[in-house]
Amino acid sequence: MTEPIVEFKDIHKSFGDVKVLKGIDLNIKPAEKIAVIGPSGSGKTTIIRMLMTLEVPTSGDIIVDGVNLWKMEKNGKMVKANEKHLREVRGDIGMVFQHFNLFPHMTILENCMTAPIHVKKEDKEEARERSIQMLEKVGLGDKLDNYPNQLSGGQKQRVAMARALVMRPKIMLFDEVTSALDPELVGEVLEVIRDIAKEGEMAMVLVTHEMDFALDVADKVLFLDEGVIAEEGTASEVIEHSKNERLQSFLHRFRS
Amino acid sequence: MNWSWETFFDALPLVASGLGITIGLTIASYLFALIFGFVWVFLRRIPFKPISWTVTWIMEFIRSTPPLVQLFFIYFAWPVVPYVGMTLDPFTSAVLGLGLHFSTYIGEVYRSGIEGVDKGQWEASTALNYSLYDKWTKIILPQAVPPTIPMLGNYLIILFKEVPLASTIGVVGILHMAQSYGSQYWAYLEPLTIVGILFLILSYPSAILISKLEKRMNRRFDKKAALSSTQKGTVV
Repeated sequence: MTEPIVEFKDIHKSFGDVKVLKGIDLNIKPAEKIAVIGPSGSGKTTIIRMLMTLEVPTSGDIIVDGVNLWKMEKNGKMVKANEKHLREVRGDIGMVFQHFNLFPHMTILENCMTAPIHVKKEDKEEARERSIQMLEKVGLGDKLDNYPNQLSGGQKQRVAMARALVMRPKIMLFDEVTSALDPELVGEVLEVIRDIAKEGEMAMVLVTHEMDFALDVADKVLFLDEGVIAEEGTASEVIEHSKNERLQSFLHRFRS
Repeated sequence: MNWSWETFFDALPLVASGLGITIGLTIASYLFALIFGFVWVFLRRIPFKPISWTVTWIMEFIRSTPPLVQLFFIYFAWPVVPYVGMTLDPFTSAVLGLGLHFSTYIGEVYRSGIEGVDKGQWEASTALNYSLYDKWTKIILPQAVPPTIPMLGNYLIILFKEVPLASTIGVVGILHMAQSYGSQYWAYLEPLTIVGILFLILSYPSAILISKLEKRMNRRFDKKAALSSTQKGTVV
């Protein structure tokens, strides 16, 4: 058995009085592809936002590569992590957002180059070359000097993926990356994700409503309901053979 | 009293000789305000409540008191304040007074620009593991500042028109020159008319320039907003 690269241990999260997550335990192994499904408001997105350090868990531990993400050791005690600690552990994680969040003041090539240069202190020429390769891989080699506002939603999302991939994360998080797209643009984005998944070495967590896609790509599917993982297993176990009634009715709405 | 072209042309060189000081003071206080505006913004963002409250209150205080009173305070009263007081020359006092007064307005302009940047931009730069400094300088400010340029330009013109206040503490700009000509020859009409004309010549074209700039900015940002709000977008 390989050691997990990410461990969630009894994670709780509340926003004010609202309890969104009520005890999540989760392991992600290197190269594992996990799809998280469930009704809206069930806390799917919160799980990956906490892993990306955009949201602080109310209690529990998240361990990435053996290091506690949200806590650090100080004078022999575990205390709340500071920004410096977060920056050290955040480097292995990449994220693609529902609303792309490309930098509008940069060309798409600059969007991809900027983080390797400024964050990883890579050589400018090397960063440029790798960014161009990555953009060609997602099928946008001819749009290098365009600005994000000149692209379609599907193209923007592919740039966002290239931008995250150039940073060579060990884990990639996809937050409902097709939800803001017109139906006819969903395919091109899913195809890129499929290609990335096939390459294999990177762990991926996909929050998604695309059931067929999840079935196809994911090694493991989690059904999240009312703040807990209600069902967990291989894609076919969860999506095709589950006895869980709430999952059945959830899937039914998507299949109809 | 009758208008005399002779007096007009006699006074013109003297009054115009104050132009350098007037423009110099405008630029110096404006630069001071532009820089200090950032200081206000960052002080207010300190998550420790007592500091941000104090800063907000100080800004409110500076904005709610007349710039003339502030100039008098800095020039006449500051030197006798115990421990921290010092004597400043008129020009420095004016830069400090006007600069500080306008920095509170410019700080608000910056703040609106910064708040106008989408929250997703912060999240994306966190996801790419930017340092706090790089987030500000590479991602947030390059988007926050351009839309505020027309507003910043307006404040430059308003500041320019407040600069004559400095003549009350002895800064020898065009108004001061006109006054001294008037008291010497007992002729105020012509020199003060010159002052008016000089201000008009300088601020009117600037105002036109700024409104042009504003239209251009609006067009640019409308286009962006329009394209990003329709998720479909169009390939140009």
